[in-house]
Amino acid sequence: MAEQGKGKKPAPGKRSGNQPKRPTASRAPERARPGATPAKAGRAKTPAFDVDSDLDKSGLAEFFAPVAGFGVTMSTLFRPVVTEQYPFEKAPTAPRYHGRHQLNRHPDGLEKCIGCELCAWACPADAIYVEAGNNTPEAQYSPGERYGKVYQINYLRCIFCGLCIEACPTRALTMTNDYELAGTTREKMIFEKDTLLAPLRSGMLAAPHPMVAGLSDGDYYRGDVSGPTTEQVAWVKERRPEDESLSAAGAAATRAAKGGKE
Amino acid sequence: MGLEEKLPSGFVLGKVEDLVGWVRSSSMWPVTMGLACCAIEMMAAGTPRFDLARFGMEVFRASPRQADLMIVSGRVSHKMAPVLRTVYDQMSDPKWVISMGVCASSGGMFNNYAIVQGVDHVLPVDVYLPGCPPRPEMLINAILELHKQVIKGAPLGEHRAEINRAVEAAALNAVPTQEMKGLLA
Repeated sequence: MAEQGKGKKPAPGKRSGNQPKRPTASRAPERARPGATPAKAGRAKTPAFDVDSDLDKSGLAEFFAPVAGFGVTMSTLFRPVVTEQYPFEKAPTAPRYHGRHQLNRHPDGLEKCIGCELCAWACPADAIYVEAGNNTPEAQYSPGERYGKVYQINYLRCIFCGLCIEACPTRALTMTNDYELAGTTREKMIFEKDTLLAPLRSGMLAAPHPMVAGLSDGDYYRGDVSGPTTEQVAWVKERRPEDESLSAAGAAATRAAKGGKE
Repeated sequence: MGLEEKLPSGFVLGKVEDLVGWVRSSSMWPVTMGLACCAIEMMAAGTPRFDLARFGMEVFRASPRQADLMIVSGRVSHKMAPVLRTVYDQMSDPKWVISMGVCASSGGMFNNYAIVQGVDHVLPVDVYLPGCPPRPEMLINAILELHKQVIKGAPLGEHRAEINRAVEAAALNAVPTQEMKGLLA
């Protein structure tokens, strides 16, 4: 390096453009004149960085060199298979995975959503559209004054960040672990309330029906309601006798009433 | 165009169509079109853990001439849009598009001047895939949805001409994407 510093020769970078074949140009400055035989000189001085050189390999290693790469292949044959056979066997997601949304219900079947639009305000992608409707005595969908009349989530905007879930004051909106959402048109990817609303669990009574007598919406949020009452079932039976949820809900209500008495 | 347009329609052609659809769906080569973070998940889908090779599509082609599927993965900026269209035009004819992730599908959270609000402004999209980014399983799910479509319909001969006419008529009557309102915009 000290010799190079004297400045007799042009910079190594400049020279390498003229003589690309010689790998050790900077190490042998005094032989780097254009007239000299550069390749020979370089080889004699140092083997340096010659990837094709087999000099330092033993005979055996040299013999197996062409197939050495198969060592990885062969050893992989004896390792367990890591492939997930996805469409045939579904590996479960993390328990708190952010999947498709769900609008939950109270145990008696009333919807938890009160149409406050906080989810829509929280959404960074403007994917949620909510329109609230007034609950009336004849059509009570959720405890309290209002319910979500129109509820749409555009899954082509939603980034599954979960801010809507954090914003929801009644825990009406939560996320499921369902992630198979591919669709063929834009219209189909806007999920309406009928898709988002949680299905009625056995024993729930389909809305609309009045709240449990004597309880306020605050009692609903505190979890004081465990299922439909016989009065609610009677109310629905009078107005919608063909309702499918009636039989299971009626059974649950009578069971609860008996349990309360005993 | 050629002989295939002159084929008579009927039972035999229907069976040939089924066979062609099956063959096409069993070996679909995607063109490399990774534009943003979704591309990472797309690459993950090709790794041994998810193994797209199970469906005959592990080769991501760098040349559009050799590809028949375009997975648009990531947000498409206005500057990228003509490039995207050029690559699509260069792909040979039975070709499909998956719009992977919300940014490609509708602009996603980037509702601004820089991003094309949905790649269907530029290309005809066959399958939309939400997610930000979608996990590799979701991509595989979308690909399988596409396979279902491909197996169903590979119109040849008379069928093809009929269907092309119907598609063109429907496209002329449809509301342009840029004139859609509300959540569809």
